[in-house]
Order: sequence, then structure tokens, then C-alpha cells
Amino acid sequence: MTNNKIILEIKNLNASVANTQILKDFNLTINMGEKHTLMGPNGSGKSTLANILAGNPEYIVDSGEINFLGQTLLDKAPEIRACLGLFLAFQYPVELPGVRMWQFLKSSLDSQREYNGKDPLSTKDFDSILNECAEKVDISQDFLKRNVNEGFSGGEKKRNEILQLTLINPKLAILDETDSGLDIDALKIVSNGIENFSSPNNSVLLVTHYQRILNYVKPDYVHVMIDGKIVKSGDKSLALELEKKGYDWLSKK
Amino acid sequence: MNNKNVISRNTKLEDNNYKWGFDFNFNPDNAPKGLSEDIVKLISKKKNEPKWLLDWRLKSLNLWFKNEDNEPEWANIKFPKIDFQDIRYYSSPTNKPNPKSLDEVDPEMLKAFSKLGIPLEEQKKLSGVAVDAIMDSVSVATTYQKQLEDAGVIFCPISEAVQKYPELVQKYLGSVVPYSDNFYATLNSAVFTDGSFIYVPPGVRCPVELMTYFRINELDTGQFERTLIIADKGSYVSYLEGCTAPFRKTNQLHAAVVELIALEDAEIKYSTLQNWFPGDKNGIGGVYNFVTKRGKCAGKNSKISWTQVETGSAITWKYPSVILQGDNSIGEFYSVALVNNFQQADTGTKMIHIGKNTKSTIIAKGISAGKANSTYRGMVKILPSAKNARNFTQCDSLLIGDKCGAHTIPYIEVKNPTAQLEHEATTSKVSDNQLFYTQQRGISLEDANYMIVNGFCKGIFKELPFEFAIEASQLLRVSLEGAVG
Repeated sequence: MTNNKIILEIKNLNASVANTQILKDFNLTINMGEKHTLMGPNGSGKSTLANILAGNPEYIVDSGEINFLGQTLLDKAPEIRACLGLFLAFQYPVELPGVRMWQFLKSSLDSQREYNGKDPLSTKDFDSILNECAEKVDISQDFLKRNVNEGFSGGEKKRNEILQLTLINPKLAILDETDSGLDIDALKIVSNGIENFSSPNNSVLLVTHYQRILNYVKPDYVHVMIDGKIVKSGDKSLALELEKKGYDWLSKK
Repeated sequence: MNNKNVISRNTKLEDNNYKWGFDFNFNPDNAPKGLSEDIVKLISKKKNEPKWLLDWRLKSLNLWFKNEDNEPEWANIKFPKIDFQDIRYYSSPTNKPNPKSLDEVDPEMLKAFSKLGIPLEEQKKLSGVAVDAIMDSVSVATTYQKQLEDAGVIFCPISEAVQKYPELVQKYLGSVVPYSDNFYATLNSAVFTDGSFIYVPPGVRCPVELMTYFRINELDTGQFERTLIIADKGSYVSYLEGCTAPFRKTNQLHAAVVELIALEDAEIKYSTLQNWFPGDKNGIGGVYNFVTKRGKCAGKNSKISWTQVETGSAITWKYPSVILQGDNSIGEFYSVALVNNFQQADTGTKMIHIGKNTKSTIIAKGISAGKANSTYRGMVKILPSAKNARNFTQCDSLLIGDKCGAHTIPYIEVKNPTAQLEHEATTSKVSDNQLFYTQQRGISLEDANYMIVNGFCKGIFKELPFEFAIEASQLLRVSLEGAVG
């Protein structure tokens, strides 16, 4: 699937949150068309990496470089990164009381289209695209009439993230523990959403705790992150090895 | 990239964010500054008023002079003492007030209102909305006169009503807000200049929305309008007021009185978009909006509903209230009050339950940004006669940044044990997480903030007539500029 065009290149990244260094000389390169899985114990820095890529201002980059489709990301606001094609499915999707799903999704899409020199979609066109996407991730019309994540169950929130992924159709999808807390049916829907999204023209970075999702999503690479850096990379078999042996044998090295 | 995102007032906020700040040059007919018996007599003479009204004004003036040093101080607002002798109490932008038809209106005046977004000319007038346009102390034009006349609805400047319908005015003026009610109401009763008068006859559903557009233009001029709305038995009227003022370095005083009377089975829906000049980003200038608004559900099954969107004024002090006198009558208060920079607002409502089975609903949304302070102050009073009265109150405050404040002060007085009251209050913050989440979907920080605040206000906007809901939402956007970043 790989066509050797680099989509994301992270070089010697050092980053901290609340004055504690989390990422330590972190390096990772993802090519177009690849699916990468980042695994590791709690506190290893996986979510920090996801947030830093998306530009969460609570995280401070101390040094290093991030290049996304040939452009540096570090000087760009979160909305610009989004418009360039970087999508983050949140570990804890945020509730926006009173903000209708429809309005939120339309604004999101229009805003990204405008940045990329396209006209906003007509209501009719938008509706047909939205309905198509909603069907793919098994989301009902009623769901679209609700307020963004307000009163959603944990599973509904995660499915909402996959709906947005499908609708926005970014270049790089970063999924931050989207699989945690899901029952088996929801896990299948989420996994299908990721597999359907994946194509030779985009890439996936799946951050996860559990091997479980890898029964449904087939990664090209599995990386193990411990204490702020990748300590081992391999293919899918590495995930199975981790399932058996845990992380201890890697951190002792 | 060390741009820790502290959401705080950003100093980029320019004064020209206030789009209505321009000034018109007319040759005004101004009274000298200062407050005296002579000034009151002059106003009364300019308006060619009958003796009873002049006497009422003078009675008010005397009472005001007696209480001159007793300005109310209980509100959670701070401002330097007002020099009431340094205010001009009458200013007419034209020497031809109260035109009989639009042909008589000064073309410059039509242009001026057009620029404010309120075209008055027949061919351009707002569709389905009759407008009474008031600049400083006089009404300059009223549209849709013919249609209203056919329906029997009276909608005219109060000064004209005094001439044409003196019995109605005399019967109801001061019947809900007596001249002795409070400091500013007493002042208004002495010096009020113009405002709208509405009478809807029995059984008539007013065919168009009625709107008054208030504009303060002259420097150092106070606006003291007086609005009186009477909905006779079984009638319905929806009324909207909008207000703007030019950018001035000095504070301008606006002390209005609004009285509503709903007779049996009548309904009055009163909506306000208050957008007086809020002062600049350093808190210089702006309008002091000290207003007394009260409605009386006088008849059985009557209903009065206040909806207000308050984004302007340096200081807002107002409590649109309902006296629920008729059995089964309903009072409602829906409010969005937004303060930014150095604005202050102390606003809320009073629901006075007198009749049986009376119901009131209060939903107040306060938004504070910058260094601004807002207070919700509300009273629910159930008198012994109000059997089975009900009230539901919900007060929500939203904070943007960490230098602003929000306060909720409810007063509850229950003298009948059958009453049922519910009170809910929340305070929340536009969180960094909400902003980041929205930005991650490609939406700019300002738009993200606006979207979140707009969501917070949604329940109130749906109470507004459709076109005004859109305008209210736009006002919110303008008022929020610079609130995050």
C-alpha cells in the first residue's frame, strides 16, 4: 500500500506538560497509505503525542520538528492543522451544550473547504453527504439532531468521532484510544469505520492500549512506546507478543 | 511553540467593533442643559401637552428633587456620581417632529435610519414589521400606518397619543410604574420625551410585528423614553425594541420606563435587542441603561412575556417584571445578558403572583468576558391570595476567561403554602477543551467561542421573532470579538 510519500515526520521531539517532560527525543515517520499502531503502558506519552500533533496549547514543545506533508506544523494553530488534513479522534470527546451536531459538522466542513479554496456546500449537498456517512457508521437521524456529545454514552461519543472522521476524510487520522471503553459491537463499528476510511491516499496513527482492536484493524507497523520514546517497532506480530509478555521485558532493556 | 493558550481578554479589541458608532449631523433643536421646573415646562410646551400631564410631570420633579441624594445603591454596579445638571433633557434632531406621513420626513433622517439598517421608506421598509423610529427625544417616522389603522391598532409616538387619545393615556400612564416607583422612574416621569404608544382593541391579533428603534445621537443628551402598551381583552401583540448610540467618550444616560397592560385573555410579547454603545475597551464612555420595565397581567388568562438580549451599554440596570394579578395569568422572562471588557450588568426580573393559578417562568443566561461583571437579581413573590401559584427559575452563567465575574442573587418570598417553586442555577466556563475540540475540526478560535456561547443562549433566541433571532445571534458575535485569543 505504501507509496513512499512521507505524510508525517517527527524528529527528535521533546515536549512537556505542566513542566514535566513527557516526550524524549521522539522519532516517527509515516508514509502515505500506511497504518501505524502506537502501543504502550499508561503514562508512556501516547496521548501527549496525539495532542501535540493536533496543536493542543496545553502541551509545550521544547524542541524538535514535526513535518506534515512537507510543511512544519509547530507554528500552526490547531484549526490550520485540521484544514491541512490532520484529524484527531479524541480520547474524551468534549460536550458542547446547545450546539447542534448538524450545525457543528456543517461549520467544520465549510470552514475546511474555505481554507482549501472551495465554496461551502449547499444544505442539500451537505445533507446527502452527511446521511451517507451516518449510515456507514450506523448513526441514526435522531442522533444528528442532538447537541454535540451532550448526554452521549461513552460508545456514542466514540462513534461520533468516527462519523466525523468519515465526513471530514482527512489525510492523516490520529485515533487516541478510540477503542477503550467500547463493547464488542461498538468496537466493530469503530474498527470498520477506520478500515473503510483507510486508503492508499491517507494514513492512520492508531494509539491504543489493547491488542483487541487489532483483531479488526490491520496495521502495517506496531510501535511500542515507553517513557516518552519508541523502544521497539515491528509488524502485527509484535502486538501479539505484547499481549503475551506485557511491556516489562521491553522497559528493562 | 510556547503559546500556552490562556483564554483572556485580548487587547486587539478595537472600538470600531461597535458598528453603530457613527454620528449624524443634524441641526438639532436643543434645550439647554440642566434640570429644573422651567425645563419640564419647556418639554411639556414643545409637546403641546394638556395641563394634567404637566402637573404630573411637576409632581414627579418635586419628588425627585426631594430624593435627589438617594440614588439607589443596592445594585452590584460601580460608577461615578451622575451630574444631573450636566445632562440635556430635550433634543430634537429635526424641527418637524411627528410627521403625518413619510412624505413629510426629512430625507436626511430617512438616510440616517437606513444606515442603521432600519429603512423607513415605503418600498424598502422591513417586511411584516411596523417601525416607530425615535432619535434622541422625538419620534421621526412610523411605518405601516395604513395596515394598522385598518386593524384598529394604534401605534404612534406617545406624544401623539397624548393629543389623540388622552383618555387612554391618562388612564394607564403610571398605572403599572407609578411616578414614585424609584429614583430613575421618577426622573423619567418628570422629563420623558418620546416613546411608543400601542393600543390593541379587543379580539384583535396585531397583523404585523411592532418595533421601535431608539437612537441616541446628540452629545450629552439623555434619552428618557416612555413606552405604554395596552392589549385589550383577547388581543395579541408582539413588540420589539432595538437601540444604538454613537461612540462618545462621555457616558450617556438612558432612563426609560415601559409599562405593559394585558387585559383578560390578552397576550403581549415584548422583545428587546439592547445594543447601546458599551464603552471602549478601556471602559471609557458608553451608555448607562437604567430602565424600569413592568407589565401587569390585569385580566384573567392574560400573558406577558419579556425576552431580552442585552449586549450593549456600559452599565445595565433593569428588571423587566410582571405583576400576575389576573387568575391563571402567565409571566415569562427570557434573558441573555452579555458583558465584555469593563461592562457591568445587574439585571433580572420580578414576578409578583397575586391571582390564583398564576404561573411564571424565568430563564436567565449571563455571559461574562474580559473584566466584566454580571449579576442576575430576581425576585419571586407569592402573595397570600395566589393559590396554586407556580414558578420555575433557571439561571445559568457562562464565564470566558478568568478576570470576569458572575453572580446570582435570587429573592424568594412565599406567603401561600400551595405555591410550587423550582430554582436551578449553574455556572460554567467556556473550557479550553471545548475550544480545542472545535478548533481541531477546522473552526477558528473566535468562531469556536461564538459557537459555544451561541449554544448556551439557544433556548432564549428561540423566543425571539425569527429575523430578530438571527440579528441577536449576530450581535452576540460582534460583542464577543476579542473575548478569546
